[in-house]
Amino acid sequence: MKEFTPAPDSASIVSATERVKPVTLGMAVTSVHFLGPHAAFVGGEENVALVDAKGEISTVAVHSGGILSTASDGKRLIMGGDDGKVVSLDAKGEVTLLATDPKRRWIDAVALHPDGAFAWSAGKIATVKSGKTEEKSLEVPTTVGGLAFAPKGLRLAITHYNGATLWFPNMEGSAEFLPWAGSHHAVTFSPDNKFLVTAMHEPALHGWRLADNRHMRMTGYPGRVRSMSWSAGGKGLATSGADTVIVWPFGSKDGPMGKEPAMLAPLQARVAAVACHPKNDILAAGYSDGTVLMVRLEDGAEILVRRNGTPPVAALAWNAKGTLLAFADENGDGGLLEL
Amino acid sequence: MSEATSSKIPVTVLTGYLGAGKTTLLNRILSENHGKKYAVIVNEFGEIGIDNDLIIGADEEVFEMNNGCICCTVRGDLVRIMDGLMKRKGKFDAIIVETTGLADPAPVAQTFFVDEDVQKNARLDAVVTVADAKWLSDRLKDAPEAKNQIAFADVIVLNKIDLVSKGELAEVEARIRGINPYAKLHRTERCSVALADVLDRGAFDLDRILDIEPDFLTADDHDHDHDHHHGHDHHHHHDHGQGLKHYHDEDMQSLSLKTDKPLDPNVFMPWLQNLVQVEGGKILRSKGILAFHDDDDRYVFQGVHMMLEGNHQRKWKDGEPRESRLVFIGRELPEKAIREGFESCIVS
Repeated sequence: MKEFTPAPDSASIVSATERVKPVTLGMAVTSVHFLGPHAAFVGGEENVALVDAKGEISTVAVHSGGILSTASDGKRLIMGGDDGKVVSLDAKGEVTLLATDPKRRWIDAVALHPDGAFAWSAGKIATVKSGKTEEKSLEVPTTVGGLAFAPKGLRLAITHYNGATLWFPNMEGSAEFLPWAGSHHAVTFSPDNKFLVTAMHEPALHGWRLADNRHMRMTGYPGRVRSMSWSAGGKGLATSGADTVIVWPFGSKDGPMGKEPAMLAPLQARVAAVACHPKNDILAAGYSDGTVLMVRLEDGAEILVRRNGTPPVAALAWNAKGTLLAFADENGDGGLLEL
Repeated sequence: MSEATSSKIPVTVLTGYLGAGKTTLLNRILSENHGKKYAVIVNEFGEIGIDNDLIIGADEEVFEMNNGCICCTVRGDLVRIMDGLMKRKGKFDAIIVETTGLADPAPVAQTFFVDEDVQKNARLDAVVTVADAKWLSDRLKDAPEAKNQIAFADVIVLNKIDLVSKGELAEVEARIRGINPYAKLHRTERCSVALADVLDRGAFDLDRILDIEPDFLTADDHDHDHDHHHGHDHHHHHDHGQGLKHYHDEDMQSLSLKTDKPLDPNVFMPWLQNLVQVEGGKILRSKGILAFHDDDDRYVFQGVHMMLEGNHQRKWKDGEPRESRLVFIGRELPEKAIREGFESCIVS
């Protein structure tokens, strides 16, 4: 990649900070996703700010309350709120109400399938809506911690206390329980559909090789892992939670078993958010001190995107082509970097 | 620590056995003209009739932490709810967690010690237990949950005193004091207690551990009719220094240690840590103000089961007696071993 040209032996880090288009959102931000040409910065409550490549901001009201969960496929963004609603937002800024919990319970988790199906959870119940078929629900033993669709077929992973449940919503009695002691939150399938990884309440990841449900323990983090991102091609899983970006190798059939993770871009701050480039072997990392770096996976070479000295980075995302990086800190001070 | 503490959102835990009047107290807190907004976390299947904008139904999911310690439990639902509530920071000033009547307060309290993210944003203010003056004595005999709630409390609202005689009231208070002499006790009808007595107590704030004195020595403004106490077969009572008869609960009690000789921190710290590691299942609460050898600072600590936190608090004042005091409240405490262990920490 041409833009990625860190100076190899230089003591000072190469900086791209001057090329960043600053974006001041004026609200607390929790995540960012690209919707077509827009960066959609999700607020802590009520609003999403759509920002175009010029940095123009238009705000869209999506929930009457806190926005608890988000998922995007690049065409639409679906969100769950503490108003008990599941809504979607498209690139034109149109908001559609997808579902309402009858008891107005919090929508703790949402997931979006490449074919348009979506899922949400309220309490112990996960629900899937696929095309014109009716909603299908599954109750798990405790409150749902996270949801993710498998890359192939209509299969949903649901995390909860003491494990994860894999479920084909269109197949009666298909729920399969993968046990592992502890509380499981965010969940992700590897892009090749061979592994399932959960972020636990304790500072660790847990994984299963789906062919034989063999366990993979990924521990050693000083803090809880809140951000996970698969590298281009799914060879590595980059994670937050330490003072370096931890990248677990998933290139072989055994996944990270018996292997050391790569530890990139160490700083005197905790990694708060990671986002792998969709095409190249580079990633962006946001830190608890506000720093944003671009890091080359191969050798850990770094380019500075944003200096430290602000609240933690809360939102970080690439557009689908990998030509635009969007980021923001918890207070809503962000930026766009065009490559 | 003070600055960080003050910017954190205070959390009051409201416990009490079924029917004691938790909801009455909660509604009093919410309806009073205090200009503050509360986020209220209630049990989903609990009593209804609470009038507040921000009410969250919780499921009381008690999770074991994966650290090999079985008494280290947290409320998984609270971790999730706190996470969600923090997205609405600025919309409320404080949080009240109402537990079900059968709940153990420990997992709620421990959630605020164990979870990094929760700890960053919120601080436990106090455990407030509402007790029914008429029925508590019975519940203490047949319901271990009720006993836990009394033992764990920082503040006890002894409610429905209009339904009992003076003698009954004296007995129930004596039973409470037999378990927990350190909580602030307020006698109420229909939970009419001043809000300042239940909110913003700072009971878990190391900076506000001022003194450790049994509450009943100072707060009495009523007549005890000491002669009307009745001994029960399985409880014994005896004369206290003040002529106040009080009960020693069979299995739940408090243990207080005191010395005016300095402690050796290099002996004391490992001893305390080992004690809560080994006996943490039995120790519900612990608190201490310590005078270490060759140290001009007061050291304070407090703990819940196996979890301890401590820090140097301030300089000992001129003329202030440099005494060390420790209090443990728990079940079947190994009193002899604790006393001997403590003695061994004294610099000879």
